[in-house]
Amino acid sequence: MDTRDRILGHIRKGLGRSGPVSSDEAAALRAGLANPKPNLVPARSQVDRFDQIELFVAMAEEAAATVDRVGRLEDVPKAVSSYLASQNLPSDIVMAPDESLDTIPWDDRGMLSIRRGVPEPSDEVGLSATFSAIAETGSLMVTSGPHHPSSLNLLPDTHVVVVREDQIVGAQEDGWVRLRKSVEENGGLPRTVLFITGPSRSADIEQTLLMGAHGPRRLHIVLVESRDSDGGA
Amino acid sequence: MTKAADQESPTVALFVTCLVDLFRPTVGFAAVKLLEDAGCRVEVPAAQTCCGQPAFNSGDRKSARGIAKSVIKKFESFDYVVAPSGSCGGMIIKHYPELFEGDEKWEARAEALAARTHELTSFLIDVMGRRAVDTRLSATCTYHDSCSSLRELGVKEQPRTLLNSVFGLELKELEQTEVCCGFGGTFCVKYPEISNAMVSKKASHAEATGAEMLLAGDLGCLFNIAGKLLRNGSKMDVRHVAEVLAGMTDTPPIGRPPRRGDIPVEGGAKKASSAPTAIPAGHAARDA
Amino acid sequence: MQSTSPRFRENAGEALRDASLQRALRNIPTGFIKKRQKAADRMPEFEDLRDAARDLKNRTLANLDFYLEEFESKVVANGGTVHWCSNAEQAREAILCICRLVGAETVTKGKSMIGEEIGINDFLEENGMTPVETDLGEYIIQLRKEPPSHIIAPAIHVNKEQVAEAFFEAHQDLDADRNLDQPTALLAEARGKLRERFLAADVGITGANFLIAETGSSVIVTNEGNGDLTQILPRIHIAIASIEKVVPTLDDASTLLRVLTRSATGQEASVYTTFSTGPRRAEDPDGPEQFHVVLLDNGRSEMMGTEFQEMLRCIRCGACLNHCPVYGAVGGHAYGWVYPGPMGAVLTPSLIGVDEAGHLPNASTFCGRCEEVCPVRIPLPKLMRHWRELEFRKGNPAIRFRYGLKAWALLARMPWLYRRIMGLAMHTLAGWARGTGVLQKAPLAGGWTAHRDMPAPEGATFQNQWRAHVARNRDSGT
Repeated sequence: MDTRDRILGHIRKGLGRSGPVSSDEAAALRAGLANPKPNLVPARSQVDRFDQIELFVAMAEEAAATVDRVGRLEDVPKAVSSYLASQNLPSDIVMAPDESLDTIPWDDRGMLSIRRGVPEPSDEVGLSATFSAIAETGSLMVTSGPHHPSSLNLLPDTHVVVVREDQIVGAQEDGWVRLRKSVEENGGLPRTVLFITGPSRSADIEQTLLMGAHGPRRLHIVLVESRDSDGGA
Repeated sequence: MTKAADQESPTVALFVTCLVDLFRPTVGFAAVKLLEDAGCRVEVPAAQTCCGQPAFNSGDRKSARGIAKSVIKKFESFDYVVAPSGSCGGMIIKHYPELFEGDEKWEARAEALAARTHELTSFLIDVMGRRAVDTRLSATCTYHDSCSSLRELGVKEQPRTLLNSVFGLELKELEQTEVCCGFGGTFCVKYPEISNAMVSKKASHAEATGAEMLLAGDLGCLFNIAGKLLRNGSKMDVRHVAEVLAGMTDTPPIGRPPRRGDIPVEGGAKKASSAPTAIPAGHAARDA
Repeated sequence: MQSTSPRFRENAGEALRDASLQRALRNIPTGFIKKRQKAADRMPEFEDLRDAARDLKNRTLANLDFYLEEFESKVVANGGTVHWCSNAEQAREAILCICRLVGAETVTKGKSMIGEEIGINDFLEENGMTPVETDLGEYIIQLRKEPPSHIIAPAIHVNKEQVAEAFFEAHQDLDADRNLDQPTALLAEARGKLRERFLAADVGITGANFLIAETGSSVIVTNEGNGDLTQILPRIHIAIASIEKVVPTLDDASTLLRVLTRSATGQEASVYTTFSTGPRRAEDPDGPEQFHVVLLDNGRSEMMGTEFQEMLRCIRCGACLNHCPVYGAVGGHAYGWVYPGPMGAVLTPSLIGVDEAGHLPNASTFCGRCEEVCPVRIPLPKLMRHWRELEFRKGNPAIRFRYGLKAWALLARMPWLYRRIMGLAMHTLAGWARGTGVLQKAPLAGGWTAHRDMPAPEGATFQNQWRAHVARNRDSGT
């Protein structure tokens, strides 16, 4: 008997079964996995779109992210460059090769020097979009893929994320609904689904909270108003 | 919420607990007074000993069951069972049913007894609907929550409500009042160093309140804390909450020297002294 | 990991005399406990979420074999591999085998209690590799060559001067006169040093907070981001997890995350919650080329169907440690193995044997605070008591104690004898107090009187006084 069978055998013995679940039960359990239902979702985030956006901002700021709200995609480059200037950061950016970022007129002002691709250890500022954002916790829900190297979320000391208001959902469960829909449309789960809630931190030395442990010291969110989303304006 | 409202004067069996019985009878008399003042008819079933918790917590389930059965037999015929202890109360209320889980004959009896059993202060408030006692004590007190009262029985506000009604008494809350004092039954002798560390913290939190007196509803905790305070040479007095509520503070605080002639002897009940201390005068009539 | 659990008493004594440890432990009430309370108070559904978390873990355990097989099939479908391991040795070998495949030299590690359980660092080192802990706390204790003392905050027992000392010793290439007085300086130095390691690593090992049957994902939760760098940058990602970590769906993980973060650190959410599924996709610009899950049993499957199955709900939040007054007094090392505090007191005997870890379930006052805060409502005191019952049946408590207990139990069922003997005993004790109200010494109570006085009995027992009182009233009454 191999190890796998031995372990499963012990479990089954403990459960009072001599073999796997019956095929009927297995079908029922499998159906549960194929059609996942949320458990209890706290009421906090189950509010209208306007309140979800406000909640997202409040929670992200509570988690020590900074949020800059702009009216249009066209405003993003200026918002980014003034943020970098305000923090005395260089205007060299490594940016995710994400189509959704390409609609932003980055070259208009010529203040930012942008390279698209995977970050190098020397890159100080990373910029990316996000898959979705979670109002309940102020988290960004980013997925890896050709459009978004995973290391971009972690390596640069400053992470700037462009979020559209219509990407904000209530709870993580609502994020899963969007993800499953996207998987259905585009095929396959991304290697990584990462929820980012504020900048990196550690309290491992005498329970003193310090920012910027291994990941970014700063997380800056540029939140773009979505005029045509339902009630988002 | 006052289940007894429809029952003029319920008969209450006092489960006196072994520690009160053996070490601090005053608490038993205080409990009797409080129950009678609340309109109960109190009986003290003879031949009661221990609730079985030491055996239960040491893993001797068989002995615990044996003891539990005899407690059930002796106490199940009363309207209520009241213990001046959250620990023994918790044993009967929470653990007796657990001890007889799946036992056709005894499970229902254990549950029925559990449903009628209460810790003293919670009985006075939750069942008898009392909100106040008629007594006075000019002292600053702090109250230690015993783990079993607090977490097994949810007793937190009841003793405080009653204490706040004592004329002249000021209640000062203890830092980390919900943390265990380190008694833990046999724990304190099996792991004395750890127990000592725990009770030392408790004692220093108690002293930090500046209160003159520490109160609690469980004699185990009280002896532990009093023992530490005494060893530390503290001036803080320690008493069971029932003594204060019943106005029976003539007896010296726990671990303090008895006054001359105060040691009660077999056959001679505590001497009756001037109100509001000592045994209620109304006793005789009801016991006769 | 070699256990020192049989020496619990001695370990505890040493811990109580360790001034710097005691200083560190004093921070727990204001840190973890208050933060958890605040987070719980803020979430109106918190108690209901605990119920939901308990229920979903129970549902999962009721078909654990099914979910593990589903999980495996999803991992494989996504291009990963699952290694089933019965014990620590098999897990170590599986990991070594994977590391050797790529000729690994540097192996970075995210925090993992399973890693501690199987002693992976020492093993890799013995086999010529350099394992590097990347969680700041774990890094500190790795340098200090000691095990974690807390499952969430592994270096909670270490003060900043000791961290500086460890860094001066380990980072000898840096300026010996540098100032490491402040925690910020320590963090900056660790960050710089570990960055080099992340970039050099061939294999990254992380633990897993959850495994998802629906997708074949492993989930990690960190605040530092070290776990992500550990699994993104090297060529191989190995997730090591025990079998009870599997949950059915992503939604189930969401429920557990809500109670996990609040119970552990009082956070609404951890900074990084990462769901990793398989190796990098063909078109991905980064990520590991291989994804392995080392699935460890190590005694857990034997807990199924026993009282201890409930322990398999544990999500390792550490709340029971933080709220335990015994843990608060002696810290984590005293427990002598990987898992300290109440959860360790229940789990450790299952995993390394009760002969080895018998002290742990005994060293509790049953104060019940652990159960009160457990996010998945594990009845920890009840399970500790269950260990005591198993021990008692085996005849294990010390003879003197055992007979004392038996005698008391016997006497308790013979009320008349009890009354006579105890009445006499109380009179004797009261006499010994010689009017002082206390005993400085008492037979069989050395543990008590070493540290505190023993209040003396008042004299006659309540029951004897009461009987006399009733009799008197009867005589004088009408």
